[in-house]
Amino acid sequence: MVTIFGKPLILLYGQLTLGLINGAFYALLSLGLAVIFGLLNIINFTHGALFMLGAFTTWALLNYAGIGYWPSLILAPIIIGALGLVIERVLIKRIAGLDHLYGLLLTFGLSLIIEGLMRNRFGSSGVPYEIPSVLQGATNLGFMVLPRYRAWVVVAAVVMCFFTWLLIEKTRLGATLRAATENAPLVQAFGVNVPRLVTLTYGGGVALAAFAGVLAAPMNSVNPNMGSNLIVVVFAVVVIGGMGSILGSILTGFGLGIIEGLTKVYYPEGSATVIFVVMALVLLLRPAGLFGRAT
Amino acid sequence: MFAFTRAQAIAFAVMVALILVAPTVLYPVFLMKVLCFALFACAFNLLIGYVGLLSFGHAAFFGMGSYIAAWTAKNWGLSSELAILAGGGVGAILGVVTGWLAIRRQGIYFAMITLALSQMVYFFCVEASFTGGEDGIQQVPRSPLFGVIPMQSDMSLYWLVAVVFLAGFLLIHRIIHSPFGQVLKAIRENEPRATSLGYRTDTYKLVAFVLSAALAGVAGATKSQVFGIATLTDVHWSMSGEVVLMTLLGGIGTVFGPVLGALVFGSLETYLAQFGDWVTVTQGAIFVACVLAFRRGLIGELAGRLGLTL
Amino acid sequence: MRLSRRTLLAATAAAAAQPAFRARAQDAGTIRIGVLNDQSGPYRDTGGLTSVICCKQAVSEFAAQGFKVDVIMADHQNKPDVGAGIARQWYDRDGVDMILDVPTSSVGLAVGAVAKEKNKAYINVGAATTDLTGKQCAPCIVHWSYDTYMLAKSTGGATVRSGGTSWYFVTADYVFGHQLQRDATHFVEAAGGKVLGSSAYPFPGTSDFSSFLLQAQASGAKVLGLCNAGADTVNSIKQAKEFGVNMRLAAMLMFITDVNALGLQTAQGLTLTESFYWDLNDRTRAFTNRVRPKTPNNWPNMIHAGCYAATLHFLKAVQALGVAEAKRSGTAIVERMKAMPTNDDCFGKAHIREDGLLIVPSYLFQVKTPAESHGKWDYYKTLSVTPADQAWRPLAEGGCYFVKS
Repeated sequence: MVTIFGKPLILLYGQLTLGLINGAFYALLSLGLAVIFGLLNIINFTHGALFMLGAFTTWALLNYAGIGYWPSLILAPIIIGALGLVIERVLIKRIAGLDHLYGLLLTFGLSLIIEGLMRNRFGSSGVPYEIPSVLQGATNLGFMVLPRYRAWVVVAAVVMCFFTWLLIEKTRLGATLRAATENAPLVQAFGVNVPRLVTLTYGGGVALAAFAGVLAAPMNSVNPNMGSNLIVVVFAVVVIGGMGSILGSILTGFGLGIIEGLTKVYYPEGSATVIFVVMALVLLLRPAGLFGRAT
Repeated sequence: MFAFTRAQAIAFAVMVALILVAPTVLYPVFLMKVLCFALFACAFNLLIGYVGLLSFGHAAFFGMGSYIAAWTAKNWGLSSELAILAGGGVGAILGVVTGWLAIRRQGIYFAMITLALSQMVYFFCVEASFTGGEDGIQQVPRSPLFGVIPMQSDMSLYWLVAVVFLAGFLLIHRIIHSPFGQVLKAIRENEPRATSLGYRTDTYKLVAFVLSAALAGVAGATKSQVFGIATLTDVHWSMSGEVVLMTLLGGIGTVFGPVLGALVFGSLETYLAQFGDWVTVTQGAIFVACVLAFRRGLIGELAGRLGLTL
Repeated sequence: MRLSRRTLLAATAAAAAQPAFRARAQDAGTIRIGVLNDQSGPYRDTGGLTSVICCKQAVSEFAAQGFKVDVIMADHQNKPDVGAGIARQWYDRDGVDMILDVPTSSVGLAVGAVAKEKNKAYINVGAATTDLTGKQCAPCIVHWSYDTYMLAKSTGGATVRSGGTSWYFVTADYVFGHQLQRDATHFVEAAGGKVLGSSAYPFPGTSDFSSFLLQAQASGAKVLGLCNAGADTVNSIKQAKEFGVNMRLAAMLMFITDVNALGLQTAQGLTLTESFYWDLNDRTRAFTNRVRPKTPNNWPNMIHAGCYAATLHFLKAVQALGVAEAKRSGTAIVERMKAMPTNDDCFGKAHIREDGLLIVPSYLFQVKTPAESHGKWDYYKTLSVTPADQAWRPLAEGGCYFVKS
């Protein structure tokens, strides 16, 4: 048997695949965070809570309205995105232009409220959600058994990341958005309604989190704390990728998923910390992150 | 000698009077916890309020101070003042390493490096055998002061904690109003200009960082003496977040703000507990209200309204 | 300025001091029980408000004569310092005579130290650590319902005997997880089984277990032992199903509330150990029917049942000993609790051992398939019973300082 550092190669293939799957998740979540940071200059700590709400909305649609997984994939992001619009208009707008600290604190407080309310209503042990019947079962790849659902998650995440990137980098709307990131007053002077653009961007970023939430519902425990565990990691991904860099957060998401996956083989205890080791190293060597521009 | 303004001198007198009177009304262990948090927040405020550096990793110093004090008191039988000093010493050593790495970066990146390094300290505490993992170091004796004065009763320990807090508080105030502190403020306002005036700004920042870390370590060490335990809660990143909240709640860059912030925060944590599952919701609502309504913090707003420096 | 600041502080102080004043006004004829547990975090459903409800149920059924009983509660937020702080204040100032529940081993042990120092009664139900009746025991502490040794012996031993001879552990990397793994390894090996490997994952903060499941699968072991709790267990099982892990799943610590969260479709076939199940016999069903209206969405598990039974037995002991003596010394009341046999609807007849451990049988359950389940929360079938005298760690092995060997 071929081994690398004492671990069978065949096992490593499996771990790399799993790392990629997790990476797809990180990419999707950090993408939303990066989009929001890029335009609003807000570190959206509510992201984890909104991710959780996405998963719960999926569950609620099924249990209260009989709406299944596939429609939820579109409906849940729309519902949570709409909630995001409200949050931006009512709360975040008021602290525009202030130090990062205030945005962080506001969104942190907000996530405490959301998670607390959900715990009061639904308890902490969570609710069950089944994998849609088409995607049940698994395919044997030879080196590992790949559940069809996981394969779907990677595909869905990659497609979503690609379209978001396309939207921001290659369309007129995206160009306006990038311009507003650089110089909002100037874009406003050209007749663009920047405040509305900002609100929509926040809604869009939040919808991405909700989309990830829908994807997560069948494979993770749907419980009110599911987002708070992820947020710090996703946040680290954004920093390593370069704050506000779209491509950076996508690529870093995948990269870190793989690094984390390998750590789980060689030193599982350290798999949560390895991301912070990478973050410290990157920030010391490349101050603005891997793909960020120095300011 | 402490360069208090008139208003500050009055406020300080009120604070000391309250510290003296409070234990007759309030539960001393609760007050000790608040004083430990207050010292921690003051130490943190030294960095963010006067050097403009937002550290998101202060839990590492607080928590390691707590562990070292608990461990030395339990295993070596160190007297309480030595255990507290040991905690401060470890805070300082960690501060040198973290600070040396972190001060190369500014703003959010500075915060992120401190967060990353403190997560490594957290990991160390989870894995190292001396910390007792998740259970922590339990049943730490309240060792006698100077090896002779017993500290078993809550009140005698309370006076020790009060003295430690006041000493730390005055030390920080003295630092801020020394020539050294003036340079720090100059760096906060305009670092390139301070550099061009010939100050080695990095050295100044590092010294401030180490002082802050050492005092955070003292605060953590004192807390472990009060509760007789040192656990992972103290090194977790949420503790770093909590000290930011306390400082912000009271008022960043104010002398008394962190103290009031710690009092409010400690009260929330303790007295909301009886409302069961509404703790986090209420906390969240307070933070949101704080950011939207009184951004300068309680003391900051008060001082602003009255036109005073507090 | 001086006035405003003082007013502000005084107002805060007054607000903060209120509970203390309230408590002092209590008369000497009241026994006060404080339920201290997680009401806002991950262990909210396994303990939480349902524990409080079960405690109050016992109080109302007992109908104390000659003294009043009062129940208060608090959320320890899973922080040992918060838990220890509340415990101190409750014992010192708020007139609490017994603290109940306290899940999470770190908090449970911290409160134990306070109880010992103050000589006050402390009945732990929610924490798993065997240290409460071992290295960190105290004559005023009782441990009810379960511990890691009992779980490991039941699930570990019985699974090996029924053919699950080789094991792989997925373990939460903290004291509780390692204790569980250590105890389980002991029983697996004692029964002639083998442990082929284990992975310790970071706790908290792991939500994807697929990597460890794959490693477990690759080891060729027959049984996957999950040494974790709460959402981690739920996630591990969900993902094991997803990845088609064809091993027997043995959840070393799992409650019926977790099974409910998973759904039978996913949880079916799983084996786990509890010392209480609502559908065990007529008495347990009677108890469940009484409390169910008060907690319709969260049926009692062994922690909730323990809170009920412990409160009932405590009150009986208070009645027998007299209120004044019960309030004076935690050791006296706990010694009386040990001297009297217990008898309640949840655990039947049993007794509390010298080191403070309640000695009851443990049940190895298997989760039913959806077809076998005939109603709400009809989840378990009994695989085997470990008799009370064999279920727990032998008295001499605990190392409790006041146990005469």
